[in-house]
Amino acid sequence: MDQAASVATAAGETVLLATDGLTKRFGSLTACDHISLNIRHGEVHALLGENGAGKSTLVKMLYGSLAPDEGRILWEGRPVTISSPAEARRLGIGMVFQHFSLFEALSVADNIALALPPRGRRELADTIRAVSREYGLPLDPSAGVADLSVGERQRVEIVRCLLQEPRLIIMDEPTSVLTPQEADLLFVTLRRLSAEGVAILYITHRLSEVLELAHRATILRRGKLVETADPKAESAKSLAAMMVGSDVGGIKREASGPAATTPRLVLSNLSLPADNPFATTLSDIALTVNAGEVLGVAGVAGNGQSEFFDAISGERPLARDDMMQIDGKPVGRAGVNARRRLGAAFVPEERIGHGAVPGFRLSENVVLTRHGTGEQIARFVIDRRAARDVESRVGERFDVRRSGPDPKASALSGGNLQKFIMGREIDRTPGILVVNQPTWGVDAGAARAIRQALVDLARNGSAVLIISQDLDEIFEIADRVAVLSEGKLSPAQPTETLTAEKVGLLMGGVHHAHDGLPHEENARAS
Amino acid sequence: MRMTGSRMRRMRVRLELIRRPAPSTLMTVASPLVAVALTVATGFVIFAAFGVDPLEALYFFFIEPLTAAWSLEELVVKATPIVLIAIGLSVCFLSNTWNIGAEGQLIAGAIFGSIPPIFFPEWQGPLILPVMIAMGILGGMLYGAIPAVLKVRFGANEILTSLMLVYVAQLMVDYLARGPWRNPEGLNFPDSRPFEGWQLLPKLFGTEIHLSIAFVILAVVVVAFVMRSTITGFQVRVIGEAPRAGAFAGFSRNRMILLVFLISGGFAGLAGVSEVAGPIGQLRISVSPGYGFTAIIVAFLGRLNPIGILIAGFVLALTFLGGEGAQIMLGLPEQMTRVFQGMLLFYVLACDTFIHYRVRVRTKHAAAAEA
Amino acid sequence: MGMIEGIMLTIITAATPLLIAALGELVAERSGVLNLGVEGMMAVGAVCGFAVAFETGEPVLGFLAAIAGGIIMAALFGVVTLIFVANQVASGLALTLFGLGLSGMLGSAYVGRPGVGMGNLDIPVLSDLPLVGALVFGLDPITYVAAALAVAVWWFLFRSRGGLVLRAVGDSHASAHALGYNVIGVRFMAVLFGGACAGLAGGYLSLVYTPQWAQDMTNGRGWIALALVVFATWLPGRVVLGALIFGAVSILQLHAQARDVAVASQFLSMLPYLTTIVVLVIISRNRLLLRVNTPACLGQPFVPDR
Repeated sequence: MDQAASVATAAGETVLLATDGLTKRFGSLTACDHISLNIRHGEVHALLGENGAGKSTLVKMLYGSLAPDEGRILWEGRPVTISSPAEARRLGIGMVFQHFSLFEALSVADNIALALPPRGRRELADTIRAVSREYGLPLDPSAGVADLSVGERQRVEIVRCLLQEPRLIIMDEPTSVLTPQEADLLFVTLRRLSAEGVAILYITHRLSEVLELAHRATILRRGKLVETADPKAESAKSLAAMMVGSDVGGIKREASGPAATTPRLVLSNLSLPADNPFATTLSDIALTVNAGEVLGVAGVAGNGQSEFFDAISGERPLARDDMMQIDGKPVGRAGVNARRRLGAAFVPEERIGHGAVPGFRLSENVVLTRHGTGEQIARFVIDRRAARDVESRVGERFDVRRSGPDPKASALSGGNLQKFIMGREIDRTPGILVVNQPTWGVDAGAARAIRQALVDLARNGSAVLIISQDLDEIFEIADRVAVLSEGKLSPAQPTETLTAEKVGLLMGGVHHAHDGLPHEENARAS
Repeated sequence: MRMTGSRMRRMRVRLELIRRPAPSTLMTVASPLVAVALTVATGFVIFAAFGVDPLEALYFFFIEPLTAAWSLEELVVKATPIVLIAIGLSVCFLSNTWNIGAEGQLIAGAIFGSIPPIFFPEWQGPLILPVMIAMGILGGMLYGAIPAVLKVRFGANEILTSLMLVYVAQLMVDYLARGPWRNPEGLNFPDSRPFEGWQLLPKLFGTEIHLSIAFVILAVVVVAFVMRSTITGFQVRVIGEAPRAGAFAGFSRNRMILLVFLISGGFAGLAGVSEVAGPIGQLRISVSPGYGFTAIIVAFLGRLNPIGILIAGFVLALTFLGGEGAQIMLGLPEQMTRVFQGMLLFYVLACDTFIHYRVRVRTKHAAAAEA
Repeated sequence: MGMIEGIMLTIITAATPLLIAALGELVAERSGVLNLGVEGMMAVGAVCGFAVAFETGEPVLGFLAAIAGGIIMAALFGVVTLIFVANQVASGLALTLFGLGLSGMLGSAYVGRPGVGMGNLDIPVLSDLPLVGALVFGLDPITYVAAALAVAVWWFLFRSRGGLVLRAVGDSHASAHALGYNVIGVRFMAVLFGGACAGLAGGYLSLVYTPQWAQDMTNGRGWIALALVVFATWLPGRVVLGALIFGAVSILQLHAQARDVAVASQFLSMLPYLTTIVVLVIISRNRLLLRVNTPACLGQPFVPDR
């Protein structure tokens, strides 16, 4: 149990924070199971693990927003109780959240003031300007957070954290919302902080970042600490093996996409005005998805992905019919069910409350998308038996693990619910399948099954369009890639001709104009 | 900075809500019963505070009305409009739309339903009653459509507009009963001419119970079927539970708002015309002692489920009757009824928490645990 | 005192309870809590204020009792919606039904009793100034309290740290919780403040506006106060404007009734309610304005995940 602690002593460096048998249970699930690790002064310590490995739970306990059930936390050798984030901040622990803890309606300065002891407005504004410039994260204190890009919001979080003069900064998946170029800039800042003696606990599931940045890495799997390793002595492969256990496997697909090109989904001059001040306007999107291929749309969150999905699914019908065609039929103004009847199927990003109704049984959730497809399931009276048949068929075929027959959607884990939703649509063998963030927040096993199902569907002649922020996923299964940036879509290019760097530049798009990047970078991007 | 040594112990007691993985079936049934029990217990205290014997008062309030045939009939008479309205409202609330102006829609139904007998006092025959009832339903629907249209078209908050329309309807019926529709032979009483013969709902089996009880039974059966087994009911429930999922299923939220307001307004209108063509027998300046508001409580107490509402409607009708009894026998203020009703709703809402959450009382020692 | 002056004076008097109640609700809603029980809290405030003033002969004690009554009612609401996370809409309705009933029960002994009024200020010389004299210097003390309250609420919300925290909680309870703010605590305080204001507004009705007690004397004013908050797009300055508009409508229709206008009195009495609807429609059409100022968490329950 004290293996981690002994490593520290051997290295002869001073430990800033240590945990000793830290445990947190949610009902029958043990999210963190006797975790003992230590973080040294000034080190970048990666916390590596899949979704659901217990990373977030662990850091929430360190930051005082969750109370541990067992174990203790030692700060500079003394046991401490961190019963609230305020107390964590008093100790010198700061946190940058994955899903930002910002207030949209307030200004940058107000957002930062909320995390600091009271001080004068003008003084605070000056400090924000000074510190943000010093660390290469320029910010305007009077700007409204609602108007900022995702990258800029993260800057607010980081500057807010820095102003508390922390000795340990916890960062929860900071690059998940950044382009590769933005991520590089962040790493520069983090290295500088580390050199100044600030410890950084860096949570990620991206192996390349661990190898690039971390001094040490602690790997969690299913709530248990696997090992605290030295990244220099490891490879991406060995880290991956520790992270997912033995069952790492690739996706089976033929080397190339389809030979003949039959367009199934065609978008031309697709434009859609933003329906509220915080939304993105889609402009002049053109895209063709052919039978037999998986087309990936990459992009950083908040660049119009959900608007793009709503436009294709018909939840927000378009102005003109010719903006979108399904198998040659213009459907721009058609609603979601009319599009389904033409063979299209959709899987939205949010599982709970969009793709499925949490309080409804799975069979009722079958009715949700299949009542208007002309099937037997519902004319006016709902055919419960037909719905239950679909439910059990999907459950078996896609290995949806359920607690009993026909449970409520809210009783399923994220990965299982996503498999069910995906299965509900694939069960129809749709001619076109559009999926937004297919494996977001899903464990590795389920993610692999989902990706395999998407590839299989395409190889059987359907057109599959995936919208994903996960570049690895796009490179793994897409035959062609287009990039969505500020509501504009780049032309689709074959995946073999692209590198992560190229896609990253496209993801940056015109973004970089106010990002403080050198000008030639902008020129390259456009 | 607080550094808690191993000696120093701070103890805090706190209530924590822990979400259940699935709603508790037991609590779904038990919650209304617990709420009723708590209401009775609180009533005990209130009666004692008013210096009356609590047991005696509770007897007059909740038991005595059940001991005589006439008061049992009266119970049905009072429960009829409440249940009718509550069934309509349950559909509305299930879709997460807040029509709280059923009282106004009831009055609109009463006014519209009174048009045929007031304008054609000589009209007798089997046709007039169906016409009155149809008019009443229409009146309630039209009046209910106003807040729905304002919501759909302009985004105006339906809670406030539907409630404002209650005051407008009350003033309207006041104007009609005192003014143009007053009975010319009525010695200046603010009533319309009394309805007669075919203009009245028939009484059943020689009791005071009118035919409108049949509407109640029909409403329970039809609404239960529609909500459980049809796509329309499915739409209402989906939109109420997860509006985005509703849009994803291709359901229109706006059409749904209009539909549920028409349904709940129609039921309230039916209740209104059933009152003027039934127990009241004419249009008066006041046609309801607040049935439209009581029905809100009934809808929640009945779990937004038609059968539950039927039972809850009788419980609340009992508080009306019991309140009258307690007022006469013990001199308790008439407003006691509303206190009981409000209290009951509070308790139901609080008890419903236990359907979705477990409550854990945690005593926390702030000091670090012994290692 | 001239007639115009007199009418303006009564308009201000009619606007005062609406202003006080709406300011309280505004603070509660800015913290993310929708309390539809204003009408019920006002009714209880009215009866508590009247009863205590009647028994003691001290209007000041009456006002304190009115405030206390409102706070107790609000506490009830706070427990049910914030601790037991019950639906706020339904709980607010329950509070109104309960409050109207409770006020009637408590007040049954005071129906028809003479009220204990509170005199207007009368500052020599200043009150006698032409035109503005009575309007600015000759009002009842609570009206000045109301005006000060409007300024204080604005200052608190937009210039103080406490107000910043309160707005933050209303904008995103998850973020506020993550930063370590006590969401439930902040909301509870805001709800209690709303209750205190509603109670005071009710006390104003039974002690100043019409110094007597009658069942349902609030007559929908609590609901109008709720509408005022929407009309004001959650900004205190606009609440003042809105309250004066509603005060004017309700007073002018009374004057019209007194003057035997050819329209039936019931239709004139409908005017405040119809105005509310019209105003709501007009303001709701401007969705952008509403969207920017509406507290994002308004009406949403919050359960901390500890």
